[in-house]
Amino acid sequence: MQPFRFDLCELPGETEGLREEIRIFLAEELPKIPKVTRAQTWSGSDAGFSRKMGAKGWIGMTWPKQYGGHERSFFDRYVMLEEMLAAGAPVGAHWIGDRQSGPLLLRFGTEEQRQKILPRVAKGECYFCIGMSEPDSGSDLAATRTRADKVDGGYKVNGTKLWTSGAHTAHYMIGLFRTNLDPQNKHAGLTQFLVDLKNTDGITIRPIKDLAGNAHFNEVVFQDAFVPDDMMVGTEGGGWGQVTAELAFERSGPERYLSSFLLMVEMIRELEKQGGAEGAREIGRLVAHLVTLRQMSLSVAGMLEKGENPALEASVVKDLGAIFEQDMPVRAHELLGIEPKVGEGSDYEQVLGYLTQTVPSFSLRGGTREILRGIIARGLGLR
Amino acid sequence: MNELQTILSDSVNGLLSERVTKSLVQKAEEGEFPATLWNEVEANGLTRVLVPEAEGGAGGTWADAAIVLKAAGEHVAPLPLADAILANWFLAAAGIEVPDGVTTLLDGDFTLDGGKLSGVAPRVSFGRDARYGVAIAKGEVALVSLDGAEIERGINVAREPRDRVVLNGAAVTARQAPLPANAMRLYGALIRACQMAGALGYLSSQSVAYANERTQFGKPIGKFQAIQQQLAVLSTQAAACGVITDYACAQAGKRGHDAAFEIAAAKIRVDDASSIATSIAHQVHGAIGFTYEHGLHFATRRLWSWRAEFGAGRDWAEELGRETIAAGADALWPRVTAR
Repeated sequence: MQPFRFDLCELPGETEGLREEIRIFLAEELPKIPKVTRAQTWSGSDAGFSRKMGAKGWIGMTWPKQYGGHERSFFDRYVMLEEMLAAGAPVGAHWIGDRQSGPLLLRFGTEEQRQKILPRVAKGECYFCIGMSEPDSGSDLAATRTRADKVDGGYKVNGTKLWTSGAHTAHYMIGLFRTNLDPQNKHAGLTQFLVDLKNTDGITIRPIKDLAGNAHFNEVVFQDAFVPDDMMVGTEGGGWGQVTAELAFERSGPERYLSSFLLMVEMIRELEKQGGAEGAREIGRLVAHLVTLRQMSLSVAGMLEKGENPALEASVVKDLGAIFEQDMPVRAHELLGIEPKVGEGSDYEQVLGYLTQTVPSFSLRGGTREILRGIIARGLGLR
Repeated sequence: MNELQTILSDSVNGLLSERVTKSLVQKAEEGEFPATLWNEVEANGLTRVLVPEAEGGAGGTWADAAIVLKAAGEHVAPLPLADAILANWFLAAAGIEVPDGVTTLLDGDFTLDGGKLSGVAPRVSFGRDARYGVAIAKGEVALVSLDGAEIERGINVAREPRDRVVLNGAAVTARQAPLPANAMRLYGALIRACQMAGALGYLSSQSVAYANERTQFGKPIGKFQAIQQQLAVLSTQAAACGVITDYACAQAGKRGHDAAFEIAAAKIRVDDASSIATSIAHQVHGAIGFTYEHGLHFATRRLWSWRAEFGAGRDWAEELGRETIAAGADALWPRVTAR
């Protein structure tokens, strides 16, 4: 028997009004933004756009009103996400706070942390980054070495976080630090902290250029940085469990299959001029895969809405989604043979230029392909 | 699953897992039709899952039928069960009484003239074993006895009968039915896609079971990461096919005859998956899976046959792609989300 369960999930009819509202908003906002910028979707940071979304009530949609949220359904949020991503809206600034850090604080944060931070996140004014990976700790998260040592009134942090997306614009980091080392159990002794990146001495943030020359991610060095006691998130030593609980949310959303969608749209636009069976077949295949992935992603959303834990199914969606996203520039090249361009050229050429260079990261971020397949293999009873 | 679905699932999986033995499939491949099994399948009402209750059927939806169709593929039942389910649905749609006995689909070019049916269906599933055939000609569903039909035997690579059936003015019962012009090919693609999804699920679970049994270098081969990664891929492909075929069936039930978009997507997706999945299943099984003795090939050879039937993935992809391009780039997302 298959260990996965993917029950179909139909979006409730009342989400359609929201979808229309968002489309009207995007039709107004997006034409000002070049296609190649829009192709960055949830990697593209635009504080002005985030504030507009906050004003519309589209950040923290499912959170309690007392923390600035809007108490809408998980499905409303799903519709908002897929509309933003499919259109290429620059949702990157508030993305991590909305998707991960806000829900983390709701679940494990103190009342004071929630009241102080969440309303600002929901307004689109306060941004987060996640400090997990380190120079010697990538897929092997339990190898985390950055230390938080107990001192009077708080912790002193020393070490280096790496590949921290958005650290240069974020107000806070959710950092995973080692508060204790038990060589027999490396998963124990990890603790999550809120770090105020704008008001803490001893933190140096250095941008790292990616292969395309863009600086989205950073090296964050902590040298005797002081983090007060009341900035701990959850329990001391409970970091591993808290981090893994976030992953089903992180791994199954529409962002896990729509990252190359803008290229698909531009491919179709090119083919409108050309015609021919070969192009039609390729687009037909891509549509079939797109529709399948959307149903799988929706199925996981349905399980999350019911409060289930579809961690395994989420890994399946992310693995298949990344294949689809990474295949897109390959298909585009095989079909059209047009050279990708940077800084010049048609929308198609520039979107292709951006995505050709960016897709390798899609099976690295949020859990590498090999890690995901290891999780799936465990679910199959092989490990 | 609702009550009917649980009953159907228990009934079809219980029956087929017990009766469809390796020996039964081998005998079928040698030309011996499993008539007893057919009678049991029919007695359990499985061929009439889509026939209304008032007409002696289960009154099921396509979502219910999906359970039976997938089971037929998963257990590699050497019967035209899927074909009969669709044939009987066509008959019911036309208000023609559904007969007992092996009934199959006549997918071909037929003309109907004064109650007489003429034409050729080149690859009829179990044509030689069928008592009745169901054809569609000019919007009319026609039920024809195959007793006097000219049948030239053929097989597919799974050695399932695929016979050429020629009719020359055969007497039929025919009625108009509210079906789309391409109903045979469209719903044929849906039943094959569901069978393929079932067979792909079998490949996944069978390959995992084998990897846990087979020991090399002192441990089960499933303990090696190289094998684990391959099996993870196989299982995700099978899962995707389970979802898209469920979705296509749900839409076929919900949207009446406006589910061509989803049915095309399903056939394309399972065709793609079948290439990946058969390759991995055989690689994991090693030499034993390449023997006739081992049963793996009953599923893989069916997948290699079925993926070309009622339109290969590439053919459906061309249609779906042409529609998508004609509608325009900016129409894609609204179309996907409107369904």
